[in-house]
Amino acid sequence: MSVPEAAMLTPEEAAEIERELAHYDRKRAACIDALKIVQRRRGWVPDDALRGIADLLDMPVDELDAVATFYNLIYRRPVGRHVVHFCDSVSCWLMGADAIAARVHERYGVAPGETDADGRFTLLPIPCLGCCDRAPALLVDGDLHADLTPDRAAEALERYR
Amino acid sequence: MERPLTANIRPGEPPLDAEAYERAGGYEAVRKALREMSPEDVLEAVKASGLRGRGGAGFPTGQKWSFMPRGDDAPTPRYLIANADEMEPGTFKDRLLLEGDPHLLIEGMIVSAYALGATTAYVFLRDEYRLAAERLKHAIGEASERGWLGEHIKGSPFSLELHLHTSAGRYICGEETALISALEGRRAIPRTKPPFPQLVGLWGKPTVVNNVETLCNVPHIVNRGADWFKGLSRSSDAGTKLYGASGKVKRPGAWELPMGTTIRELLEEHAGGMRDGLRFRGLLPGGASTDFLVEEHLDAPMDFDSIQKLGSRLGTGTMIVLDDRTCPVAMVRNLEHFFAQEPCGWCTPCRDGLPYVEHILGAIEEGDGRPHDLDLLEMHTRYLGPGRTFCAHAPGAMEPLQSALHYFRADFERHITERRCPYR
Repeated sequence: MSVPEAAMLTPEEAAEIERELAHYDRKRAACIDALKIVQRRRGWVPDDALRGIADLLDMPVDELDAVATFYNLIYRRPVGRHVVHFCDSVSCWLMGADAIAARVHERYGVAPGETDADGRFTLLPIPCLGCCDRAPALLVDGDLHADLTPDRAAEALERYR
Repeated sequence: MERPLTANIRPGEPPLDAEAYERAGGYEAVRKALREMSPEDVLEAVKASGLRGRGGAGFPTGQKWSFMPRGDDAPTPRYLIANADEMEPGTFKDRLLLEGDPHLLIEGMIVSAYALGATTAYVFLRDEYRLAAERLKHAIGEASERGWLGEHIKGSPFSLELHLHTSAGRYICGEETALISALEGRRAIPRTKPPFPQLVGLWGKPTVVNNVETLCNVPHIVNRGADWFKGLSRSSDAGTKLYGASGKVKRPGAWELPMGTTIRELLEEHAGGMRDGLRFRGLLPGGASTDFLVEEHLDAPMDFDSIQKLGSRLGTGTMIVLDDRTCPVAMVRNLEHFFAQEPCGWCTPCRDGLPYVEHILGAIEEGDGRPHDLDLLEMHTRYLGPGRTFCAHAPGAMEPLQSALHYFRADFERHITERRCPYR
């Protein structure tokens, strides 16, 4: 049998997760917070970190992965330095969301689901961002950009190096 | 005209801090409830007000609360959850409240938790609402410092812990039993009802899940009473409503107006009518999972019963408007793409049926449709309809489809006979 990897979570990650446990009556309830803590520091959730979280929260690693893979905003594969989520739901679609995604594709060479060659952007669709009154909208690393045209979207992305 | 939900909200400005909120009369309902009212009194006040759930289903809030076990023998702890997982496409009303007046939600939760005998409460917030999360977190901190949350609130025997949980993005988490699964750290799969969450909810304990807008009404009902609340409305459904409009109207936005305001008034006066050169074709009255309404319905009041009579649902009250230059088939394809992406995966009709529906709509839109396809789609509106699936996800998905097949039939047929989209 192989020896388990020593440090699957950094001490900082583990400490931050431990603090979240106080908010819930059961350990596993902190798993979304734990996945997000790791992702904030590493950009995504690699297998070793998944095992580390599962150990810390006393849950089977497969059950944790079933949770991790369920959500739109937990990344189980490496992503670029910036993740661009473009809203593809109805209000943004009515207001020209397809043209925004097409411009990003054309300019950075990324189709939805892809990361560009120098690892700058990952482009992913996302359901309704709740910004329908200022459609179309994009979420970049959690920042909302609204009232977009293809030009304005490209301009907004230029600030993310 | 009174606008109790949005009275403190100033567009483009940060929300009131705790001190300013108190100066504006905030937290009076907590004071009043704790000093002068028993939990049963609060429950009765909410029942008498006729408040119906603002998350989409319109279930009477007081009745929902009344199923919560009470008295010394009732299981503890009991939980209250604010459903702030606003992900219904076309819906952005709770964001307005969360960003604009977080203390109102907190106050509503304290008073509601008191009525329910809940000692722990969670706000279940979608992760994409970053500004709302920041403001809510700050407001919870302020409320705790000022003694509105925590042990023995303002010297009373009542204690409440309030936590903010940010989710990680899935539509199904808005379904209350799926939300409970998600909060427990499980895959967000809906649960069988009964038992209802009021009896067996979070970690098996009594739990009430209410929408943000619903909870924000509670302090006002406690302060001003049932008659005042009913008087706000123009219809048999009480209160005001946060309505909204998106799509190619002149002024998309959200407005607090008397319940029962007509669709025409919303569309023409508040949203400013259609953009120049475009004509109104139809709308979804309350989010993606509601049936289309058309021209002949414009004078209907936007309340639960009136919209239901027209074969649709008030839903969230935020309308999505279709114009005459946009292809209705393509719009329904976009809606079904969303629904096909977001099932929990548990039950077969929904998991397998929705992608098939999306596929057929895609074929029609791309000019590869066959006459038989419309029958197939009709068949699915029945197979994925109410009673055939584990939860309301697939039936909700069928609402815009079945109504589009009815009102925009000629558009579907033209796609098939001309073998192309006539709008391109």
